[in-house]
Amino acid sequence: MKNEVRKISCIVCPMGCVGTVEVRGGIAVRAAGFTCKRGEAYAVDEVTAPRRVLTSTVRVVGGVLPLAPVVSSRPLPKEQLLPAARCLATMQVAAPVQEGQVVVANLLGLGVDMVATRAIAVA
Amino acid sequence: MRRQNCDVAVIGGGPAGLAAAVSARRHGAQKVLLLERDRELGGILQQCIHNGFGLQRYDEELTGPGYASRAARALEAAGGVEVQLDTMVVGLTPDKVLRTVSPAAGLQEVQAKAVVLAMGCRERTRGAIRIPGERPAGIYTAGAAQRMVNMEGYLPGKEIVIVGSGDIGLIMARRMTLEGAQVKAVLEIMPYSNGLTRNLVQCLDDFNVPLYLSHTITRIEGKSRVTSVTCMAVDENRCPIPGTEKTFACDCVLLSVGLIPENELSEATGIALDPLTGGPVVDQHRETSVPGFFAAGNVLQVHDLVDWVSAESDIAGRSAALFARQLRPAPEKTLLLQAGSGVRNVVPQRLVCQPGQAEAVRLFIRVAQPARNVRLRCLCQGETCYERRLPIVKPSEMVVVELPSAAYQPASGLLTIAVEEAAP
Amino acid sequence: MEGNKKSKVVIIGGGIVGCAIAWELAKYQLDVTLVEKQPDLAMETTKANSAILHAGFAARPGTLKARYNVRGLALYRQWEAALGLEIEYVGSLVVARQAAEKEKLAELLAWGEANGVPDLELLDREAVLALEPALSPEIAGALWAPGAAVIWPFGAALAFAENAVANGARVMTDCEVRSIAIAAGRVAGVETSRGFLPADVVVNAAGVWADDISRMAGDDSFTITPRKGEYVLFDRAASGKVRHIIFPIPTAVSKGILISTTVHGNMFIGPNAQPAAGKDDTATTEAGMAEVIAGAQKLMPDLPLGKAIVEFAGLRAGSDRGDFIIGNSAAVDGLVQAAGIESPGLTAAPAIAERIGELLCERWPNLKKRADHIPDNPKTVRFSKLSAAEQAALIEQNPLYGRVICRCELITEGEIIAAINRPCGARTVDGVKRRAGTGLGRCQGGFCGPRVVLILARELGVPVTAIVKDAAGSSLFMDKLPGHCEVLKP
Repeated sequence: MKNEVRKISCIVCPMGCVGTVEVRGGIAVRAAGFTCKRGEAYAVDEVTAPRRVLTSTVRVVGGVLPLAPVVSSRPLPKEQLLPAARCLATMQVAAPVQEGQVVVANLLGLGVDMVATRAIAVA
Repeated sequence: MRRQNCDVAVIGGGPAGLAAAVSARRHGAQKVLLLERDRELGGILQQCIHNGFGLQRYDEELTGPGYASRAARALEAAGGVEVQLDTMVVGLTPDKVLRTVSPAAGLQEVQAKAVVLAMGCRERTRGAIRIPGERPAGIYTAGAAQRMVNMEGYLPGKEIVIVGSGDIGLIMARRMTLEGAQVKAVLEIMPYSNGLTRNLVQCLDDFNVPLYLSHTITRIEGKSRVTSVTCMAVDENRCPIPGTEKTFACDCVLLSVGLIPENELSEATGIALDPLTGGPVVDQHRETSVPGFFAAGNVLQVHDLVDWVSAESDIAGRSAALFARQLRPAPEKTLLLQAGSGVRNVVPQRLVCQPGQAEAVRLFIRVAQPARNVRLRCLCQGETCYERRLPIVKPSEMVVVELPSAAYQPASGLLTIAVEEAAP
Repeated sequence: MEGNKKSKVVIIGGGIVGCAIAWELAKYQLDVTLVEKQPDLAMETTKANSAILHAGFAARPGTLKARYNVRGLALYRQWEAALGLEIEYVGSLVVARQAAEKEKLAELLAWGEANGVPDLELLDREAVLALEPALSPEIAGALWAPGAAVIWPFGAALAFAENAVANGARVMTDCEVRSIAIAAGRVAGVETSRGFLPADVVVNAAGVWADDISRMAGDDSFTITPRKGEYVLFDRAASGKVRHIIFPIPTAVSKGILISTTVHGNMFIGPNAQPAAGKDDTATTEAGMAEVIAGAQKLMPDLPLGKAIVEFAGLRAGSDRGDFIIGNSAAVDGLVQAAGIESPGLTAAPAIAERIGELLCERWPNLKKRADHIPDNPKTVRFSKLSAAEQAALIEQNPLYGRVICRCELITEGEIIAAINRPCGARTVDGVKRRAGTGLGRCQGGFCGPRVVLILARELGVPVTAIVKDAAGSSLFMDKLPGHCEVLKP
């Protein structure tokens, strides 16, 4: 099997190193071009199991605002961002909403909850 | 007309105003009045539903509404701040009389002892960048669209071209993609992006949104609604290069072409503005050219991190409280700070010194160009009085430097901040 | 006229000319209907022009342009208070840049005197620079016309239309003319997108489309060839430099690229004169902008280009006749032309309307004026222009006057609602902008635009998604519901 070489822009600090990670069979075998260990670790994660925090909105019924902003309780796999966001678009929650309230539990079975990031009072 | 007095009046209830009001209370202002034109506190943070706020101030990664809620809780905890929502300041005089209007209280006149300007900034519009073509519907500033998408529940379009790669534009590229839209392109006239690397990666690369550097929008088509935009590559003088036209079919254009500090009230009050920042000229206490008027946050300089806004507003609120209590000593000397080579602007623009003053002064510096391995120097009469090496600088990220008192105490007259390539 | 049956007049075109005609004809015992194909009045040529009431020296003596310009200006002066028009008599300067151009100033002075323009004066360089210190110090002199004014053209068109409605006229927007019915060689009515309107007389005030309308009735005696003029408008904060209307020496085709202030205090520059690609080509071009800027810089080298807030283009509805076309069609009985109206058409509009009224009196010798004619328009509340006591009282009465929606121009929710609910009220975002002034400031509606959309939807009782910017089809927002924005397949 040939090594795949992936270019990664590091976002750990303002240096913004652009380095490469060699991957074989889903495992990082070599990283080059990063100035620090944290950057190297980030780059390895990026090529093997990239995860992101998802923020979006959920429709609110009967609230002073029609939407509640939500954030994922943990980062979810990057490739699940779009499916998760499109799933959230179909959901709704009744007012009142509290800050920190779990609006959607275990989204798409990913083991991640969507949590309201502000309160929405009843209209 | 209702009339009242207060020690410190804070104009604007976004992150700057919230922090300034709390700080004013903590530093002994008895009566603090916070005036906010929207129906809730938090300002623009309420529509910035993404995360990445608060790592410096709260040591925790928060969303915009989360950060706003922290700041509002601090206000509640401080107590003694009268908050007036849905209230617009329509007049401000040099002797600190504010005139406000609101549906609930009608017309009101407030006599303050000190005023904190915390009005934030607004977005540059199409006119400021002069895009030829039709004037159809479907062209929005990125921030206006962000509010509709994140707070009101409406979408500005399905196929989108974003003009400008500032952070709001990048954040909206991701937002619209997550809403199911297709972002066809992000166009940036400069050869580098004006956004944070993190946003370039997580908002564009993650979703394969193409970023065209050194490209400018040259035409918008569409009679009633946008149907396409055309862009061209630009040369080093930012002039379009003939033959490089690319046309994107789209129904929506989002503009993220810069922010302008909102200083109409400041100007009407006779406060001197710095043409480089678009905000008032201030000293390190955030006092403007008119005594008793202080400024903090994006009204003073467009910040990259809200955490810095809050930190700066702590200073302004404290200074305003001390001014109201007549505890601000007259300075022994005043130094002027100016942007030298490689620097776009520096805040504060003035340093006031007391005898024996020992604290370092935090400088916010915007560099003119991205560069690696540079030497930042503070010069006085040609002599270097402070020097620091920086591995990387970018115009999109403020350089924050603590200038020690040893550097500025002996100086007189003019201090120049310069950023130059370091000798290898 | 027999019995109580009023003669029916249909006016085609809701620009300044059509609206002025409706206003004038509503003074008579006539059944007046104005039809406009756009969702709002004054959406085409009236919307985008130099917004100047010309003194009247620039038109060759003896032309209709000269006659109606001078008379029109007098009528504006006579009616501005009753109608509540926004006019500032700032005066105009035609600036000679070299000594050689001063000959042309003398010619314009002579034309002006022949046309009956009062108070014209030739000024030397020093006197001109004293009036306008920001002008290029190179200039040689100027013709000063203190009677020239700047006006809010949309406001004027709307004021005419509102007064017409108050006096019984009908104004139908979104009403496109499809054909003109002719019976026994006479006009019988107008077929529109909103149904058939019987008519004894049809007045053609269709601007750039006037030749098409005329042809529908069987009169192909003229052609309209629109010419585009592009403009740049500046922030009020940068606009203090200019206090008057500043023209260059006119060319054969236009009055040239001028510098002026709007009645709302924004400086602007333009127009150039370029062929239009069609009757709806109001696109600005890179070359056009460069031409406008270069032209204005000849008069004022130090333009605040960084403070430009918007650029726009409008069309001149010039004809192949070289003068206004006013009068009964020679080809079709009952068709009255008010066509080929280019500059100074805005100034001439009430005089053209007066002439159309005279023509109808000649047609119907027994035509009488209404005894119950209402001359005055109700006052429009401009919150920012009121005294503190008036503002306080107004908010007390209606708290929505205490909520500022447009921050740049200080326009309140109360004013926006009034603009929606008055006769010929706003139905579009730009309609609110033009009536109440929202979004005209430095942020150009960036902040208040979406809020105005929400207020319009609420007041009109329609979904937010039904609100358009200006023209039909210029929709603004989609519902954020699954399926409404699915370009990407998840």
